[in-house]
Amino acid sequence: MAIFSVYVVNKAGGLIYQLDSYAPRAEAEKTFSYPLDLLLKLHDERVLVAFGQRDGIRVGHAVLAINGVDVNGKYTADGKEVLEYLGNPANYPVSIRFGRPRLTSNEKLMLASMFHSLFAIGSQLSPEQGSSGIEMLETDTFKLHCFQTLTGIKFVVLADPRQAGIDSLLRKIYEIYSDFALKNPFYSLEMPISMKLKAEEAGA
Amino acid sequence: MVGAETKELWSGTSSELFTLTYGALVTQLCKDYENDEDVNKQLDKMGYNIGVRLIEDFLARSNVGRCHDFRETADVIAKVAFKMYLGITPSITNWSPAGDEFSLILENNPLVDFVELPDNHSSLIYSNLLCGVLRGALEMVQMAVEAKFVQDTLKGDGVTEIRMRFIRRIEDNLPAGEE
Repeated sequence: MAIFSVYVVNKAGGLIYQLDSYAPRAEAEKTFSYPLDLLLKLHDERVLVAFGQRDGIRVGHAVLAINGVDVNGKYTADGKEVLEYLGNPANYPVSIRFGRPRLTSNEKLMLASMFHSLFAIGSQLSPEQGSSGIEMLETDTFKLHCFQTLTGIKFVVLADPRQAGIDSLLRKIYEIYSDFALKNPFYSLEMPISMKLKAEEAGA
Repeated sequence: MVGAETKELWSGTSSELFTLTYGALVTQLCKDYENDEDVNKQLDKMGYNIGVRLIEDFLARSNVGRCHDFRETADVIAKVAFKMYLGITPSITNWSPAGDEFSLILENNPLVDFVELPDNHSSLIYSNLLCGVLRGALEMVQMAVEAKFVQDTLKGDGVTEIRMRFIRRIEDNLPAGEE
């Protein structure tokens, strides 16, 4: 799927809708026996690999699951601390899944409001009067496209750099937004959208 | 695409359903409030809530850009918006010398098909919802306007006339890049 994520940001810079649809490509699951030859450290509420890169497990990868059960930040699903659990030889052999840490919803909120400010800076930096904000941001792994409506809502799509037709996709998303979000009388404007219908339409 | 859809919408049973629904709404409000002025205010408020949502739908479907003056706005309202949502094209007349007021003349108003105002509701502005819609929609694109009916076929005038007045441009909370 060439579209990685969709973000909808309201007039004030708050994230009101977010959808991720990329398949994480860099994940590795391996069985380990005591002692663990990777050095793990706690950082930002997550357990990261600090040293010991090998076999597809890279420095910076986070512990995603232990024995097939997803971990919750630095705690396992049963509430034990991951580092303690892995320090205890009685729990081995253990199968750990490592991968690039996914963004938490708080981080996404922060990134969205930061993008909102950068968007405004983009239009102010312009030598010409009345320039638009940031419309496209390009890196070597993805392209970010942004469309701002006349009412101040921003639709942001992260896609594969070679993907074409994103402009019409942004307009289609605007239409879907105006249908599902607005025609629902119980939805208050500028508030987060939580509708499943919207998710299905957006996925399609 | 827009023309074909509105033609379907406005020829046939769905326009009757709309007229009936609106009629039921107004009569219920009259029963609830018993006072024409309050009903007018409620219709305006309801129209405002419709307008702030309708503008997004309108912009998503019609692809018009930002209007740079009130004349452009008037044109877009009459020729695109009214056509899209009500299937009628009002005419624009009576521009004030400063260019900040104009009148929309509606030959026929789909909301009032088959409606007759009784004598005890003589100060009821039946289609006041439309004024609220115009006010709400324009407020979301940073224009503060006032809309009111000055002629109404229900009250015996020949045409329905809405007077639109531009109050000011809303400067707070402008989307980036629009200054």
